[in-house]
Amino acid sequence: MSSVNGAGAVRIPLAAFKAPRRFLRAALPALSFALVLLGIAWLNPRAISYFGLNLMLNLGIPVTLATIAQMFVITVNDLDLSIGTFVSFVGCVAATWLRDYPLFGSAVLLGGICVYALVGAVIHLRNVPSIVVTLGMLFVWQGLAILVLPKPGGKAPAWLHDLMNFHTPYVPFPIIAAIAIAALVHFGVMRTSYGAILRGSGGNANAIARAGWSLLKTKVIMFALAGVFGVLSGLALIGLATSADANIGKGYTLLSIAGVILGGGEFVGGRVSPIGAVIGALTLTLAGTLLNFMRISPDWQVGAQGAILIIVLAARATINRIDGRTA
Amino acid sequence: MSGLPVDIVKLDGVEKHFGAVRALAGVDFPVRVGECVGLVGHNGAGKSTLMHVLAGTLVPDKGQIIIGAELQKDYAVVLAQKLGIRCVFQELSLCPNLTVAENARVLHPSIAGWGWRRRAGDLIGNKLDEIFPGNGISADAVVGDLSIGQRQMVEVARAFTITEAPLHFVILDEPTSSLDSHRAGQLLSHVRRVIANGVGCVLISHLLGEILEYSDRIVVMRDGKVVAADRASAFSRDKLVTTMGGVAASKMRSTKEAVPRGTTPVRVRARPGKQRDGIELTAHQGEIVGLAGLSGHGQTELLLSIFKGASRRVPGIKVTDPVALVAGDRQTDGIFPLWSIAENVGIRSIRSLHRGFLISPELEDRFAERWRKRINILTLNMRNNILSLSGGNQQKALFARALGSEAKIVLMDDPMRGVDISTKLEVYDLIRSEANGGRTFLWYTTEMEELENCDHVYVFRNRRIVADLRRGELNEERVIQSSFEEVAQS
Repeated sequence: MSSVNGAGAVRIPLAAFKAPRRFLRAALPALSFALVLLGIAWLNPRAISYFGLNLMLNLGIPVTLATIAQMFVITVNDLDLSIGTFVSFVGCVAATWLRDYPLFGSAVLLGGICVYALVGAVIHLRNVPSIVVTLGMLFVWQGLAILVLPKPGGKAPAWLHDLMNFHTPYVPFPIIAAIAIAALVHFGVMRTSYGAILRGSGGNANAIARAGWSLLKTKVIMFALAGVFGVLSGLALIGLATSADANIGKGYTLLSIAGVILGGGEFVGGRVSPIGAVIGALTLTLAGTLLNFMRISPDWQVGAQGAILIIVLAARATINRIDGRTA
Repeated sequence: MSGLPVDIVKLDGVEKHFGAVRALAGVDFPVRVGECVGLVGHNGAGKSTLMHVLAGTLVPDKGQIIIGAELQKDYAVVLAQKLGIRCVFQELSLCPNLTVAENARVLHPSIAGWGWRRRAGDLIGNKLDEIFPGNGISADAVVGDLSIGQRQMVEVARAFTITEAPLHFVILDEPTSSLDSHRAGQLLSHVRRVIANGVGCVLISHLLGEILEYSDRIVVMRDGKVVAADRASAFSRDKLVTTMGGVAASKMRSTKEAVPRGTTPVRVRARPGKQRDGIELTAHQGEIVGLAGLSGHGQTELLLSIFKGASRRVPGIKVTDPVALVAGDRQTDGIFPLWSIAENVGIRSIRSLHRGFLISPELEDRFAERWRKRINILTLNMRNNILSLSGGNQQKALFARALGSEAKIVLMDDPMRGVDISTKLEVYDLIRSEANGGRTFLWYTTEMEELENCDHVYVFRNRRIVADLRRGELNEERVIQSSFEEVAQS
């Protein structure tokens, strides 16, 4: 019998050739972050100081947490359109009930996480597109937020305010928080043995099911985790803003999706990067500041953020094309 | 222990239906300890379905599953694994976003806790080195970055790894399809070693040489039934081929004299991307050209690149006239499920059905009505939803879409799957008359009878054309021989 297919032997060097590209792709989020930071340093050198960074990156913490929440959902090939209004809802609860009746407030937030888990179960069991379910939940959370806090107001619990305004020595608090979040989630999703199953269910759900794992469980866990990080994001936001408003998390949905994608994640296939997502979220936060320094009016900033996103994704697509991948 | 060999697994009277299609029609299938059973059969013979039943991924409609001398109720994947049954499926079941080690862990719940990565990596790495020495695959490599051959090696090695659950029985469904002969030999020798230790094995392969050389017993399936089962030494390549193909079908109809090629202008020239020799597919005006071979060997890809080649430059493809494609997977690629029959038929010809900027309903109705009569679509009203038609009539509507268009070349991607015989015969006649009228047909089909309608047949294997048969040379055995084996240079 002559050779059936020589491809197996021929392609091995190609895999080795791919390694630097993979590295380049992984470095892209960090590269864009560095570019934005450099831009700020060039326009306003004084901003790169303890207080400057603290001020600029403060609002990056809730964005980062929301981005991580979105990343969990994207890992299992779904999309959460309701994260923004969920953050608003959590903020409203935190500024009212959690402050006045801590036990009741905590129970409500816990209930929110349970609803997220339930949404995951419904999406898996009924096989409905997550976009449909979470689009519905978007309005549910929005309505609940307005019910809890009809007009802007409320006050953050003192402990929350103190926590978010904590001043660490030498390194600004937001940077430490971002590193801690990235390390924790990276360990949980990328390094634990069950994390491999969670990511695998996004990569090839059939294979995971055939090996005897429950896809219902993976989906519920990922959505519940999204709920947990949504709650953390809302709390962090209120701790910084000190008072709440039913629209306070507006924009977080798109910001979080953008953060995940900017950080090297892909919409399908379970390819995500927690560290990249954190960097992506911080990049988007800093981009706003950079645009301020460039004296671009806030009306144009959303568009300019979009432009940054397109540039980075175009760079990634180019790398992929050179790579010969179709992703 | 008695002197008689013990059955590791035994399927008794297993039946499985998919809608109206009977995939398995009462199959008995025993495998003994220390035995390798070769399972062969043509496309759709039911081999893969049978293996899915054995692996617990499909529940049979009827019949018994006996494993380790015990009747299994509520048989499913998890139980199958506990009982020591492993499988390498035809479609790869690795997660492309995970590393090799992580994929090994997916199969072994017991690998957890500190250092799981290293343990999983050692497990799969050692097994890879044992089966495929010098494979050069790192346990930390992401599977998506590996070549298809390397992925298949990982998948095979993973099936042989052992942690908590024992290994009693391995199902290998086309395990060598992406391996070169060297690696395939390594794998099959490993299988023989494992079998010597009392493991049972089922080997499915399109390479009859492998089956004859490495199996103890060979089972031949056709149309969801076991048609022959005997010691491997009782079979030869020719005997296998005739048993698989069936005797009745081997009488070929040769109603028409072969038209000498080259009298009409060439409409399509196409060379598959993997073709290294000079062979290319040519189709002249008025010809029906068949694309044969086992499914998934590059026929659909070539049709799609010809389709592309009609509108833009594609290397290796030359197309002179507009083309239309009749899709094989009607539900996903063919019909617009929310539209009426008339709209479904008219969409390819929309340019001739408008007045000004708007689609003209009268023109569309007239067009649809003409084709209802011409192709005999069974409906009272062409404005009914397309889904109100039976499957065969939906397919006729798709033919009407292609034939009603201005396309001079019609590409058919095995469009007659699951269509009843009377509809088929009507369509065959239609195709013949259209071809006589000067249209060119490129027809990928997995059914032998359909090839009889072709003037010229190209047999595909491993994304290459391996045989180029004129009408006079066409017979089933040649087609099967060529699809199963590298053809000698001709």
